[in-house]
Amino acid sequence: MSVAQTAPRAAAAEPGKGAGRKIGYGLLYIALAAVAVLQILPLVWLLFFSLKNNQEVFDSPPLSLPTHWRWENYEKVWTQGNIGVYFFNSVWLTVVSTALTVLIASLVTFAVTRMKWKASKLVLGLFMVGLMIPVHSALIPLFSVFQNLHLIDRPPSLILTYVAFNMPITIMIMLGFYTSLPREVEEAAVIDGCSVHRIFFRIVFPMTASVISTTAIINMIYNWNEFIFVNTFINSDKLKTLTVGVQNFVGQYTTDWGAIGATLMVSILPILIAFFVLSNRIVEGLAAGSVKG
Amino acid sequence: MSNKWAIALYVLPALLLVLGLIYIPIVMTGYYGLTEWNGIGAQKWIGFANYSTLLQDGIFWKSALHSLLLAVFSCVSLLLYLIVALILSGQIKGANVLRKIYLIPMLLSSVAIAQLWLKIFHPTNGVLNSVLVSLGIDNPPAWLADTSLVLYAIFIPILWQYAGFYILIYYAALKNIPSSLVEAARIDGASAWQIAFRIKLPLIMEVIKVTIVLAFVGSLKYFDLIYVMTDGGPNNSSEVIASYMYHQAFKSFDFGYGSAVGFFLLVVCLVATWLIRRATASKDSIQYS
Repeated sequence: MSVAQTAPRAAAAEPGKGAGRKIGYGLLYIALAAVAVLQILPLVWLLFFSLKNNQEVFDSPPLSLPTHWRWENYEKVWTQGNIGVYFFNSVWLTVVSTALTVLIASLVTFAVTRMKWKASKLVLGLFMVGLMIPVHSALIPLFSVFQNLHLIDRPPSLILTYVAFNMPITIMIMLGFYTSLPREVEEAAVIDGCSVHRIFFRIVFPMTASVISTTAIINMIYNWNEFIFVNTFINSDKLKTLTVGVQNFVGQYTTDWGAIGATLMVSILPILIAFFVLSNRIVEGLAAGSVKG
Repeated sequence: MSNKWAIALYVLPALLLVLGLIYIPIVMTGYYGLTEWNGIGAQKWIGFANYSTLLQDGIFWKSALHSLLLAVFSCVSLLLYLIVALILSGQIKGANVLRKIYLIPMLLSSVAIAQLWLKIFHPTNGVLNSVLVSLGIDNPPAWLADTSLVLYAIFIPILWQYAGFYILIYYAALKNIPSSLVEAARIDGASAWQIAFRIKLPLIMEVIKVTIVLAFVGSLKYFDLIYVMTDGGPNNSSEVIASYMYHQAFKSFDFGYGSAVGFFLLVVCLVATWLIRRATASKDSIQYS
């Protein structure tokens, strides 16, 4: 754009600049704060009603503080139901699946970026297209094959599917990091007669610690929140995870708002705590993960 | 490094998992879709009969339309997210904290979100209708129980859930624009609007295209939230392709027909990705630096 064309407008905007700008910024801040409030408010409401009994929920204004903080709601859902079991299952399935995904993805990303082989482009393409394939389109055959292999209602069905379906996005994020990694150290190691495995495990793998933590966090969030596989493959209560467990549990308490609220709070608390501790990494990971597609 | 065994060792675990659990199953879905099968007994080859039933299945078309509507809503809502990101990327103090706050709903499971919003939408005791009643509205809508409203009602938590994610992506892209370009425009006398629409938006066009694909294809796959909130009801008025597939296979035990629906979903997702890519592919991408 030319200076001549825009100069008059700039000059016209000059006089009232101070006050106008301040008001303008004030309005923008109000808009941004309003969005923040909208994002948080439902969760505040959830926290409040998790500490109330039904009478308080129904009779007092929705966003009023509980008159008496009923922590017994939490005690009740933790001791009466299987929440403890679901919680434990979520934790160990998330940890095992995440560790496997990150390790296996590291191996293949190393092979694709650091070794020369004919089919590497093709294999990479398979992973990239895998990003676009909906879980639901594979669900029926997975169910019937797992049934034939007697894996239905057993944890391996979940671990296998979690690892496979998170593999493409994990590789995608790692790829960017690996290609930006300097090669000098490895080349020196090759000249020194280092084996491939030593180079990977002793040199490259430790150097990728930051992308490993980013992808691990993304994987943990996905695995922790996964629903459809658990809902389809797992029947027995002792193997269910929090997402499906909460779903069933809430069904039993349709009329007890305090208990439902407490159950939901228990299920989201680990994620919220992780977020307060690791928010920078999570933001980074989600931004990196977005480039998929 | 070109030791064949080493390569196989590093590549095969990932490759076998993805082939065995993603690619082979989708081929099987394609095959199952051509059979009549209750999931346990023998499969009976029926050719394209499932697909011709599909074409005349009113509920299927209804669910396909709902999926399409959600996809369109999602793409339109990107505009809203983009505006917030544009404001946020200006000289705003606390932008970093704000974008993190926006992101919180995105981290929660769809099940928890669905359960929470079931309570928010609760006709008598939900926070939404409590507020409406206190504002003097005597007969607030029944939201999720209202066949003409339910799909729009469901879209609100979706909007809420994904806001932070897309704002985050746009914000990161906008912050990547070299400040020298924006400064140069400002010195030339460009207004804030001109800077936003003539300089910033064209520069993040690639990211916008990616988010359109993500939002569109992502919405075609919506399942968890709808399954928990309404299970497709009332009267199929919030049924989407994925929930219809799930009902056919795991509730009605019509695995053949369910597979046909699942395969249709796959084809739609891949075609939509390809079409949007093509439609948004710029012939001459703008190079500013």
